[in-house]
Amino acid sequence: MADLRIDFAGIRSPNPFWLASAPPTNSAYQVNKAFEQGWGGAVWKTIGAPVLNVSSRYGGFEYNGEKLVAINNVELISDRPLDTNLKEIREVKSLWPDRAVIVSAMVESDPKAWKDIISQIEDTGADAIELNYGCPHGMSERGMGSAVGQVPEYCSMITSWAAEAASIPVIVKLTPNVTDITKPAEAALSGGADALSLINTINSIIGVDLDDFHLKPNVGGKGSHGGYAGPAVKPIALHMLSSVAGLEGVQRDGIPISGMGGIQTWRDAAEFLLLGATSLQVCTAVMHYGFRLIDDLCDGLSNWLDEKGITSVEEIIGASVPRISSFGDFDLSYKTVARIDPELCIHCNLCYIACDEGAHQCIDLMVDGEKIDPSSYQGATKAIPVVREDDCVGCNLCSLVCPVDSCISMVEVDSGRKAVTWNELTRKRPGVLDWDEMKRYREEVGIKIH
Amino acid sequence: METSRLPLEQLEQKFTEIKPPMSRREASIEATRCLYCYDAPCIAACPTSIDVPTFIKKIATENVTGAAVTILEANLMGATCSRVCPVEELCEGACVLGSDHKPIEIGRLQRYATDHLYQKGIMPFVPAPANGKRVAIVGAGPAGLTCAGELAKLGYEATVFEKSQLPGGLSTYGIVVMREPIQVSLDEVDFIRQLGVEVRTGVEIGSDLQPDDLLRDYDAVFVAAGMGHVPDLDIPGEDLTGVTEALSFIAETKLAERDGLERLASIPIGRTVVVIGAGNTAIDAATIAKRLGSERVVIVYRRGEREMPAYEFEYAFIKNEGVEFRFLSQPIEILGEKGNVTGIRCVAMELTEAGHDGRRASRPLPGSEFVLPCDQVIKAIGQEKHLALYRSFGLELERGYVKVDEQFHTTNPKVFAGGDCIRHTGEAMTVTATEDGKRAAKSIHSWLENADAE
Ligand SMILES: Cc1cc2nc3c(=O)[nH]c(=O)nc-3n(C[C@H](O)[C@H](O)[C@H](O)COP(=O)(O)OP(=O)(O)OC[C@H]3O[C@@H](n4cnc5c(N)ncnc54)[C@H](O)[C@@H]3O)c2cc1C
Ligand SMILES: Cc1cc2nc3c(=O)[nH]c(=O)nc-3n(C[C@H](O)[C@H](O)[C@H](O)COP(=O)(O)O)c2cc1C
Ligand code: SF4
Repeated sequence: MADLRIDFAGIRSPNPFWLASAPPTNSAYQVNKAFEQGWGGAVWKTIGAPVLNVSSRYGGFEYNGEKLVAINNVELISDRPLDTNLKEIREVKSLWPDRAVIVSAMVESDPKAWKDIISQIEDTGADAIELNYGCPHGMSERGMGSAVGQVPEYCSMITSWAAEAASIPVIVKLTPNVTDITKPAEAALSGGADALSLINTINSIIGVDLDDFHLKPNVGGKGSHGGYAGPAVKPIALHMLSSVAGLEGVQRDGIPISGMGGIQTWRDAAEFLLLGATSLQVCTAVMHYGFRLIDDLCDGLSNWLDEKGITSVEEIIGASVPRISSFGDFDLSYKTVARIDPELCIHCNLCYIACDEGAHQCIDLMVDGEKIDPSSYQGATKAIPVVREDDCVGCNLCSLVCPVDSCISMVEVDSGRKAVTWNELTRKRPGVLDWDEMKRYREEVGIKIH
Repeated sequence: METSRLPLEQLEQKFTEIKPPMSRREASIEATRCLYCYDAPCIAACPTSIDVPTFIKKIATENVTGAAVTILEANLMGATCSRVCPVEELCEGACVLGSDHKPIEIGRLQRYATDHLYQKGIMPFVPAPANGKRVAIVGAGPAGLTCAGELAKLGYEATVFEKSQLPGGLSTYGIVVMREPIQVSLDEVDFIRQLGVEVRTGVEIGSDLQPDDLLRDYDAVFVAAGMGHVPDLDIPGEDLTGVTEALSFIAETKLAERDGLERLASIPIGRTVVVIGAGNTAIDAATIAKRLGSERVVIVYRRGEREMPAYEFEYAFIKNEGVEFRFLSQPIEILGEKGNVTGIRCVAMELTEAGHDGRRASRPLPGSEFVLPCDQVIKAIGQEKHLALYRSFGLELERGYVKVDEQFHTTNPKVFAGGDCIRHTGEAMTVTATEDGKRAAKSIHSWLENADAE
């Protein structure tokens, strides 16, 4: 059984799994119940400025019969009285000294307001503060949440107020509703953040009711954008995590990152860890299935580490970060082609039509060694899709649509060309930026594109 | 009777597990279909209370080892149960999706997970340090093995005594190959051995070793001897060649599956076979007779179609195999020529009013005798009780079964019992025998701890 303990900016937790600041961490009742079931930590539902919530708050994205692939919400921060929250946080922390209890906060942009809330939070015995710069609705209109997270200068300024006032670690939670996540991340670090967490929810409209034309969720006949989260956002979260994890400041100072956005299984969790997250937060999956998810999150992660012969989860944190690169540094001579195993093929022809109409027309349907035209073929023998490897550009599409495991594999082949990246090529031979020179270059090295 | 009625290739095809294993993708799609209900009815419907949604969720996340551990924590015979449990009546029958469209294939998913663990040879449990206490277990069937395994996990030295050459009880010898290949049962026994249990085969308690030896040398004894062979019919002609006892007949095919097709082909089988009885054993024996190449197999049962103890799905299966039924028919004599069976004389029966158990009994209709020509008769009318064994342990009985209290304690303070040998009411199933073994281990543990405390 691998060691799942982590140390996040000095905050210890028996496993990397924390509940994200959201409805599951609304009350002591819930957080106690979650800790009983084994959660390593919890980020309390954001406290701070007084709010009122609306009724009808969430919309669900159902995809092909799979419920809640994502959720969208127009909920604000906690609407429970501030002192009730503080009292319960204190109770929970004293009951669970070995768990990470972190308090998310959001107040108006005023140094005094931040100072006050931070001293109240520290008073509870909580392990850290998370600054919520993310809420994309309701709070942003009042100059809080993503209104701060989207402007690096505000981000830096408010972080510095908080960092000055706080003696416990300050975590800045970033909003994904920006074009370049590294800017607010760097601003938070320059303001003195001890750690970063991401992502908060993404601006979205979940859908429109086709019967009455109302937006979803429908708040008394009106709708608006809300925050999008859940399994469907994982690829976006992974990208943002990788951008931040690769930042020089993060690498140099060993800034811990709490990753979230679409984590539902231990496999998702492992990917976040590999891309540089030290702790992992979960919201939507718990809202869907309950705290019991923690069992498989820990068990699955631990079994996977055991199988890999890795004894501690800390060994894999950031293990894939060195592989993060960019297009300009990819080897243009690296070549893969698709290979179809005729034994495993079930003749759905999805690869054929995908390549023919959505890619590069390099799969033929063959019967007895003869290419057939599927629009006129009448024979009884089922056709076999065969890749013309010389024409295949190695885009992967056919293997992605194939419904049979390992029927289509992408195999590496020797392109016969010397390794070269786009950056190297354009440096050595800037002429290729013109078509004439590019054509000459292709002829020289033997690149044919039909 | 004749051997080699069918070519070997046909036999091979007819004597392999009917339900195919799940591929990774199939398991993944099916597991994802599971709703992961909270407080799910399938858990309550499983006699061993396997946490079904949790193990299925683990398959969905490809934590298949974790899934198997979840299963085995509740049921050490999980691999056998996944194949032999009447899931339609248990977990799958309770699945909430059943009323909506189609229940989750819990049995096959369970098999996918447990097979994975045995194939990988993973031992996920770490037994507690030895506590110096010794428990003897009589019978290496599901009840005995489970009890021994659970005790070993708690730190006991558990020794199982088994009179047969192979351990596993009816999982090894009784459940037809088409439902459970013998290797599955033997792998399960190996797993129990790896927990530290000693399984001594070829040792019959009451002949090779006496009950008193066990009572003297061990701190407690768990009796899980199951049931015996099919009793005699007590009608003329029973000693003719061609009269076969169902359980030995089935056992032959189990061993043959292990030893090779030639041995399967060497089993003599009648052209027309009459099977007497209509319980699970009769159904299995009839299936095998048919699959070994018998041209006509007829099940003769003294009550009606609705009184038949076999499950609905078994009845449907066997009719599909081409087996015929003669309901309301009681055998009264087996006829023979030159020492070989040539037919069976029966009398037609009529149903009486429902008795206290709600089932209608039957009585002979005078003058209604008829003869069914056949060259083999297979007896499958229940199983004998190991009365001598129970008496030699000094155990009080209840309708011929060992009497136990809620803690599986017999009337002898040192002796506990479970499995088929205590099942005087209700269905005798592998899964209930397993649950008995698990609960008896807990009782033995707390009884010995209390004895220590005093
Ligand atoms: C033909 C048939 C088909 C069945 N099919 C199914 C099915 O599909 N599904 C299902 O759930 N159940 C089925 N059952 C029932 C199931 O097999 C039993 O309920 C289960 O095996 C009982 O377990 P047990 O451990 O109590 O007894 P058993 O499995 O009978 O094991 C008892 C063991 O004790 C040994 N023993 C007996 N006396 C002594 C002694 N004196 N000394 C040493 N060892 C001794 C025996 O040799 C045997 O190995 C079937 C039963 C039969 C007969
Ligand atoms: C209904 C709902 C309410 C949320 N409320 C808050 C909040 O008060 N403060 C906050 O920092 N994030 C809030 N979030 C965002 C989550 O903490 C988390 O960043 C996001 O949901 C991504 O994780 P997930 O994909 O696991 O849900 C909320 C999310 C949801 C779905
Ligand atoms: S989950 Fe349903 S019952 Fe509970 S608060 Fe929301 S709408 Fe009401």
